Amino acid sequence: MDKGLQSEGKMIDVQQMIERNKKKKSFGERIEKIIPFFLLLCAAVSVLTTVGILFTLLRESIGFFSNVSLVDFYTGTSWSPWSGEYGVAPLIGGTLLITLIATLVAVPLGLMSAIFLSEYANDKVRRVIKPVLEVLAGIPTVVYGYFALTFITPMFQSFIPDLGIFNALSGGFVVGIMIIPMVASLSEDAMNSVPNALREGAYGLGATKLEVVFKVVLPAALSGIIASIVLAISRAIGETMIVTIAAGATPNLTFNPTESIQTMTAFIVQAATGDTTFGSTIYYSLYAVGMTLFVFTLVMNLIAQYISRKFREEY
Amino acid sequence: MLGQNEQNIKKRMEGRVAINKVLMVLFGMATAVGLVFLVLLFYRVLTQGIGYLSLDYILNFPAPYPEEAGIYAGLIGSVFLMIIVAIFAVIIGVATAIYLEEYAPKNKFTEFIRVNIQNLAGVPSIVFGLLGLTFFVYMFNFGYTLIAGGLTMALLILPVIVVAAQEAVRSVPAEIKEASYGMGASKWQTIARVILPAAIPGILTGAIIALSRAIGETAPLIIVGAATAIYTLPESLLAKYTVMPIQIYNWTGRPQEEWQYVAGAGIIVLLAVLLLMNSIAVLIRNKYQRRL
Repeated sequence: MDKGLQSEGKMIDVQQMIERNKKKKSFGERIEKIIPFFLLLCAAVSVLTTVGILFTLLRESIGFFSNVSLVDFYTGTSWSPWSGEYGVAPLIGGTLLITLIATLVAVPLGLMSAIFLSEYANDKVRRVIKPVLEVLAGIPTVVYGYFALTFITPMFQSFIPDLGIFNALSGGFVVGIMIIPMVASLSEDAMNSVPNALREGAYGLGATKLEVVFKVVLPAALSGIIASIVLAISRAIGETMIVTIAAGATPNLTFNPTESIQTMTAFIVQAATGDTTFGSTIYYSLYAVGMTLFVFTLVMNLIAQYISRKFREEY
Repeated sequence: MLGQNEQNIKKRMEGRVAINKVLMVLFGMATAVGLVFLVLLFYRVLTQGIGYLSLDYILNFPAPYPEEAGIYAGLIGSVFLMIIVAIFAVIIGVATAIYLEEYAPKNKFTEFIRVNIQNLAGVPSIVFGLLGLTFFVYMFNFGYTLIAGGLTMALLILPVIVVAAQEAVRSVPAEIKEASYGMGASKWQTIARVILPAAIPGILTGAIIALSRAIGETAPLIIVGAATAIYTLPESLLAKYTVMPIQIYNWTGRPQEEWQYVAGAGIIVLLAVLLLMNSIAVLIRNKYQRRL
């Protein structure tokens, strides 16, 4: 640069041009080096989110367990935090009851839909029905809650007269409707990826369509189907608004679906909407319950990933 | 003897074919169940809510009487919240996707980021609410404000946007990239001027679908303290706010029957916004699908 400035004359100095280009280039080079670093920082946000979730759940749970013993929390069978009883079993029981009902609704319906779409329906029907079915997964959960409380419960009440306004049955049923498309869509993808040669081999041996479904397609797509079911169950465990609105707020260790119960998620909502003072034991109990919920869903998700990785069929 | 055998086979054959037909009908009916409930849900919401839906309803603040209550604060609150979510989630999400697709070395750390994003997508939304409560509400001291809610929701939909943006970046044909390198462009020049413009339709579609998920989310916003009764629009990032799903939740929980109709009208507005967003996403996808 110095040389370029020193040189005189109107003729364009070659040296100067080279220097100027170098300068430009070095600016460009700097950008080339800064950009990946900036992008890496952004990618780190998702890692920080996970770290943040673990950090906050652990730290506040430890705060909780310095007031309430870990053993009491996990073995106690009575949950009434406003009078100091912190046995989480009724909340876990409530969550499991909802999940069980939802699974009983979603797995048969979802699997049968998947079989119908993948094996029986023609292309035209499939292309219309599959996206429409997936709309079910896109409806906000608060809308499902409204639907469960104002429509499904009254409908069930006409069959079961002593059904309360808040009950596990309608909550679990509607959660099941919500996760049908998860089971149906992912299972249908798995069945679709079974190569046609396998089916045609079975047809060649004289099998009917149904026999092909049960003896060829389902076994071949099993890992994908199980993974889809596990993922759907994990969704049901973490579902919040439907159960908060329709299943009630009564921590109740029961397996009677007509009773009002409370799930882990519904308790978190209840405690957060109430006047829970920052730093109180109830405030900390939010995180202990949240931690338990997080572990439940994490284990389910890891199982789903393990199944689809380990048993992936390659054709 | 031969005739007898043939008859047996024919009988069994007929049985197998009949079972196939019966179960085919059963499978079809099972598929219909999901669709029937979808129709029932829309029918129920429409018949309950349409009577309360009017221009006044859209332009009124929440009120103690069902006849005067409106969704205005929730509607505008949702729009403001989505703007915040879009800014943070799209920038960070697209940057993450570009890093993973174009820069990330193939090592353990990159694999860790990938698995981590996959797992984040499976974390229940209410846990994100707890994260926001600790960090944004208390630690950063934002309180129960618009920015605390926005940042919480941005983290919630980040994994969805990253995955969509990754797919969009990956689907840019290699020839275009190589042509750019061949012209002497640097890596960042290629990304900024070739890859990103080609990937924008895919990114936009993914972002809108992710946002339409965020606009219906309720649980995390309850945890980070979205208010239920708001009589002014939020004037700054540090103002109190409400959103449509919170209003609907609040109305649904009231015992008098009229509030259910008010909630129904709110759901119609919410579903209309969702429909609008998804239509835009589909339009963008259809318009640009054939170009590459």
